[in-house]
Amino acid sequence: MGHSLRLSIVRFFAFTLSKIFKMLFHKVHVNEEGIQKLQQAIQEYPVVVLPSHRSYIDFLMLSYIMYTYDLSLPVIAAGMDFMGMKIVGEMLRMSGAFFIRRSFGGDKLYWAVFSEYVKTILRNGDAPVEFFLEGTRSRTGKSLMPKLGLLNIAMEPFLMGEVFDMYLVPISISYERILEESLYAHELLGVPKPKESTSGLLKARKILSENFGSIHVYFGQPVSVRSLATGIVRRSHYNLLPRHIPRKPSEDVHRFLDAVGHKLVLLQQKNMVISPWVLMATVIIQNLPGLTLTELTRQTLWLRTIAEVFGASIDWPENVTPDKVIRSSLALRHNIVKTIKNQVVLCQEDTPAEFTVEMIFKRTVSVLMCASYRNQILHVFVRPALVAIAFQNTQSCKREDIFGCFSYLREVLSDEFVFLPGNLVKDFDEGLYLLMKSGAIHMSQADLHISEKGNTTISFLSVMFVPFLEGYQVIFKYPLHPEFADDFTEKSFIAAFRTYAAELILTGAIKYNEVLSTDMQKNALAALIRLGAVEKFKTAEGIICKVNKQTLGRVVDMLAPRIPVKNAAVARL
Amino acid sequence: MASEEREQPRARQRLRVMAGHLRRPGPGTGTEPATTTTAQPALSQCPALQPAAADGAPKATGSIPRRRQEILKWNGWGYRDSKFTFNKKGQGEFTGKRYRLSGMILPALKEWMEKSFGASLEHKTTPRTTPNLDLPLSILNEECLKDLKDLNIPFSQDPEDRLIRSHGHCLHEIFALREGKVERVPDVVIWPSCHSDVVKIVQLASKHNVCIIPFGGGTSVSDALVCPTDEKRTIVSLDTSQMNRIMWIDDKNLTAHVEAGITGQDLERQLSEYGYCTGHEPDSMEFSSLGGWVATRASGMKKNIYGNIEDLVVHIKMVTPRGVVEKSCQGPRMSTGPDIYHFIMGSEGTLGVVTEVTIKIRSLPEYQKYGSIVFPDFESGVACLREVARQRCAPASIRLMDNTQFQFGHALKPQVASIFTSFLDGLKKFYITKFKGFDPNELCVTTLLFEGTREKVLQQEKHVYDIAAKFGGLAAGEDNGQRGYMLTFVIAYIRDLGMDYYIIGESFETSVPWDRVLDLCRNVKEKLVKDCKEKGVQFLPLATCRVTQTYDAGACVYFYFAFNYRGISDPLSVFEQIEASAREEILENGGSLSHHHGVGKLRKRWLKESISDVGVGMLKSVKEYVDPNNIFGNRNLL
Repeated sequence: MGHSLRLSIVRFFAFTLSKIFKMLFHKVHVNEEGIQKLQQAIQEYPVVVLPSHRSYIDFLMLSYIMYTYDLSLPVIAAGMDFMGMKIVGEMLRMSGAFFIRRSFGGDKLYWAVFSEYVKTILRNGDAPVEFFLEGTRSRTGKSLMPKLGLLNIAMEPFLMGEVFDMYLVPISISYERILEESLYAHELLGVPKPKESTSGLLKARKILSENFGSIHVYFGQPVSVRSLATGIVRRSHYNLLPRHIPRKPSEDVHRFLDAVGHKLVLLQQKNMVISPWVLMATVIIQNLPGLTLTELTRQTLWLRTIAEVFGASIDWPENVTPDKVIRSSLALRHNIVKTIKNQVVLCQEDTPAEFTVEMIFKRTVSVLMCASYRNQILHVFVRPALVAIAFQNTQSCKREDIFGCFSYLREVLSDEFVFLPGNLVKDFDEGLYLLMKSGAIHMSQADLHISEKGNTTISFLSVMFVPFLEGYQVIFKYPLHPEFADDFTEKSFIAAFRTYAAELILTGAIKYNEVLSTDMQKNALAALIRLGAVEKFKTAEGIICKVNKQTLGRVVDMLAPRIPVKNAAVARL
Repeated sequence: MASEEREQPRARQRLRVMAGHLRRPGPGTGTEPATTTTAQPALSQCPALQPAAADGAPKATGSIPRRRQEILKWNGWGYRDSKFTFNKKGQGEFTGKRYRLSGMILPALKEWMEKSFGASLEHKTTPRTTPNLDLPLSILNEECLKDLKDLNIPFSQDPEDRLIRSHGHCLHEIFALREGKVERVPDVVIWPSCHSDVVKIVQLASKHNVCIIPFGGGTSVSDALVCPTDEKRTIVSLDTSQMNRIMWIDDKNLTAHVEAGITGQDLERQLSEYGYCTGHEPDSMEFSSLGGWVATRASGMKKNIYGNIEDLVVHIKMVTPRGVVEKSCQGPRMSTGPDIYHFIMGSEGTLGVVTEVTIKIRSLPEYQKYGSIVFPDFESGVACLREVARQRCAPASIRLMDNTQFQFGHALKPQVASIFTSFLDGLKKFYITKFKGFDPNELCVTTLLFEGTREKVLQQEKHVYDIAAKFGGLAAGEDNGQRGYMLTFVIAYIRDLGMDYYIIGESFETSVPWDRVLDLCRNVKEKLVKDCKEKGVQFLPLATCRVTQTYDAGACVYFYFAFNYRGISDPLSVFEQIEASAREEILENGGSLSHHHGVGKLRKRWLKESISDVGVGMLKSVKEYVDPNNIFGNRNLL
């Protein structure tokens, strides 16, 4: 723990980073009015900057930009892993990073010292504090659920009245191509994360010769914590205990933190910049094994208009023909896709027929890499898409029926996608509104109908989310399998499920390789726990899970026909 | 100990001399020169409606007559002859002869008002010059009127008398008077002159189901005197101002038995004639009454030596609809279940009328000395006060003003008489700002008042200054200290001046643990400024605070808040909203609902949160038993 800011080190970093960044990236876009707002915020109240976390580069890039714009350098709470790196660890420390353990376990002293440290920095207001709401780098390209521990510490100075107000500044860092893309895909398939080491960093220098496109760093509007808390949190709860005694947040504070965390992640998402390749990846993954270049171009352009209607900010190059945009994007992704005879296919696609488990994993790496880019746009579509799916599943024109199905889907997927807690109705309204805005659905009297041209949109949107729904189904059904052991841990569940799923893919029973992603498996398991189908027990050996078969059966039923209760007709998904 | 022993004969001698003076007109006193109990004559029976106490007994020498309006303002604070004005030259002036500041020219006042509020002498409000006596008709049925007459206790249905007892001194109350807005006012004003009068009145009220609102000094700042607008019964304002005698003084036990209507200044003046004082000096002591102090849990400036009202009170007599409540002895401390006096103290007139109080007295201090300390900033000032409290060496009074109040103090500096003093002032300023490097926009001042024997005072003074030095404080002279305390009496007058120039303001207070003092002060001030901006106040408000009392575990903080309301259509509701949100900020920052102003009706809505549902229930059940028909229906507290 502890940072020791040394300007000489910062300058050294700034110098080398500028060199490295120039080699790696094409361009770095920054919204300057956001920087001005940040500057103002820093002068007013203590500031917490909350960048999205997609890559190691995130915090280096942010410090570099703030250094360049003459802002006070943030003090960064980063995972302990970095500290293991010789020299570089020390240098990071001297450039303002301080290190925390990934998990505190029961170490109360560590927690107390650490939280006091963060709070002192905030109270004194010398420097902004920076940490990652998502806790870790998102391997999937989707935002992760916010972690509340650090957020709680950071907000305590306000909650305890030690500062009048503070600002949370969401920062969205969007990469056209993520440095760790293949690493992530491997990790998702269970290959453990390599330890951060200086020699590793040196070895990684070969990536310097590659082109990683451009980066967009968007500094969001500073959010005043006071305005978030007014009328929601009763700060007088903090009156009865000396303020230096660490405490667990009370229930309403916890709920508040949860809402704030979700809100800020959503703000990060909102300001993410989407590259053309993301649109292409979305199209490609829906058309596996491959599609023609012209078809890709047509569908990508179509998707672009829809995405823009839905409010996505897309970094589509101006004054360049669409064809060129597509081709150059494809060129940048030669590690994921390739063009054979005018057919765009995934790299691993060329050795057909001969299916082995190993092959499947190899192919899944490509799928997951491609999916990780598609995932970057899912937040734009998730609400309207769930409405669209609800529409198809219920085969009903009644708003209430659709809403019922929507709310169930949202509930099941709420570990997968970030929804603001307690915002169900608004989410539904927003989804429906967007579908109507794009002309896919129209309302006559009180009934909702799919318009003629809307069919394409509706089915495109639902297909976009099929990998998740299908994947969840497979995972949900797995514990009902006769060979399944009653007691299990998360680890054993994932290991066992992986073999099971690989075989299913081998036999062709499921088409969507994404189900092999440990991320999806974990989220689905969390959903089962949330829905009460799996119960957690704390034992001496750690946390043991137990299946509640009855509830699970019901959950599967609810999801399986994807039709709530009466209408048993099979949907066309 | 030794000094105390030496002091006693001296005090006794003084007492004898004074007693001699007093006894001259009185016929019935014994010939013994030094009785242990010095009693005024004719105390036991009540001289109700005796024509001006013609028998020659020293008639009650209260300074507040039945027609208070003869000496007090009907539309603002304090004496009619004392007020701030701007003379023809545009210089500030304080009129009258009563205060040290009276008759002085205050050259810096105008500039300060312009600078702090954006006020200008050209923009003046036009308030009423006479009270609006167009009141709702007095509700009083024949039968009740007849019984009332039979009591033979003076009462009045005169509109002016009624109007004057319909309010305290909250901003909106004074504002309404100036505008001539009248809502519910008392129907009858009655002046009992002793305990048994009160008993009769309360019996009559119970018989006719009449609402009684006790009225003491009328200095409430919690809406406690506001008549509930939906009260359909007759409202009787029970004015205790004529119950103002000291019944006896017991110098063996150092207690005095006093009627509850006596004002602070009368009590101290009369006790001083015997060589005693209570030492209870709330800022309102000129007008507020002993009964009022008991009913609101008052606190005095010099509580460090003498204690707050709950420490001073030995015995209380209160008349309730159920009967008279009191304890049977005057033991200094009792373990007889929850202290019933604590139901009375802070009951805010909801249970009954406090009629007589036995209060501790002390010999007048031999030596008094003022002092002041300048600190580079508020933080070091608070740190010093905390240390003084930790070492329990606080002088009679120690107060820390923030920079804004320090500058305000400067605005009230009278014109200096000689070139020499102005040169000296300049030199002092130079020393502090240039030589010591204090930022004039950051520095703040602590004022001190020491009391006791000469050696003790000097010793304590050194001790406090030594502590102050550790926190960067510089001694800044007696004069600044004395002016600081004088200002506390005068400052109440300044709001009336402000209201003439579109400035409305109020003070409010809280108590808070030491570790939160700084945070609370900063956050509340910032909240006031922020809210003003949000609510469309066009000028920066005055938001300032001082730490006025130190305790072992915390401090009392006093805020002044005022702004220029030009350009706002409904200034009162804006003010009330901001005041309420400031109170919420105080509560969220660990401050109490009130340190000594009380709850009244103004802060009622937060009481539940402050003392829990069960707590409110406990109070309710007491009310239920003592006053089931809600005779004392001012609806304060609950």
